[in-house]
Amino acid sequence: MTLIDLANPTRFLSLTARLLPWLAATTAILLAIGLYQSAMAPDDYQQGATVKIMFIHVPNAWLSMFVWGVMSLAALGTLVWRHPLADVAAKAAAPIGAAFTFLALVTGSLWGRPMWGTYWEWDARLTSVLILFLMYLGLIALWRAVEDPSRAARAAAILTLVGAINLPIIKFSVDWWNTLHQPASVMRMGGPALDRAFLIPLLVMAVAFSLLFLTLHLAAMRNEILRRRVRSLQMMQASRRSA
Amino acid sequence: MSLGPYAPFIVTSYLLVTVVVLMLIAWITVDYRRQKQHLHELEAGGVVRRSGRSATDMR
Repeated sequence: MTLIDLANPTRFLSLTARLLPWLAATTAILLAIGLYQSAMAPDDYQQGATVKIMFIHVPNAWLSMFVWGVMSLAALGTLVWRHPLADVAAKAAAPIGAAFTFLALVTGSLWGRPMWGTYWEWDARLTSVLILFLMYLGLIALWRAVEDPSRAARAAAILTLVGAINLPIIKFSVDWWNTLHQPASVMRMGGPALDRAFLIPLLVMAVAFSLLFLTLHLAAMRNEILRRRVRSLQMMQASRRSA
Repeated sequence: MSLGPYAPFIVTSYLLVTVVVLMLIAWITVDYRRQKQHLHELEAGGVVRRSGRSATDMR
């Protein structure tokens, strides 16, 4: 099956129906392994047991940006290639991305209180992630406010691409400005700075959360395709009644 | 496994992630059932797709 075949919503639904049970099972198994490894990880010599918050905070923070990246590609698909599923993909991803960003903010705050002495600081990293969260909410509101999906799709795609400017700002904020947040310790020049005892559970959790996103995203896309079928059938019903 | 003096912060973080992920799963599951229900009702009322195929057909 090629990418062009997936442009057909019915084929996409067929593929999703076959994939979802396997994806969900793999996600559940990896999450269980990741959680076990996180629980068994040793305390950090400086942070103590609070390092365990890293195993859920970091995957959520990565996904908060990754999901916007996926939505930006989908936005290009809407504006440039007019792919029929591009807007469906973007719209379905937004609430999931918003949830991951919310979790990144709150778990970061709960980690920051014992380590920094404060729940919140208006520094570059925290503020740029908060802006990302607000942009997710804005996009969701836009899709809900415009009834016609094709009109909403173009406006949302433009807003998504403009918002993508925030992604490098978030990533490099810890290098460009003074911040309480630590610099990158996994994806950095010279390799990860983390000890294997922390790195392995973190990577397992990151893969598990990425699979969780893929599973939820495919399921939400399936729902959105069905919602659009409902809408077109309701319009057919209304035009039949008025004829 | 001892979580030390910061246990409330660690436990709250994990609980919160669990609750939000479960809410996402529940929302998507309920939404799926709702859309299928709408489609069944429309088809039962005689509204069919132009292709003639069932709107809930996933094959």
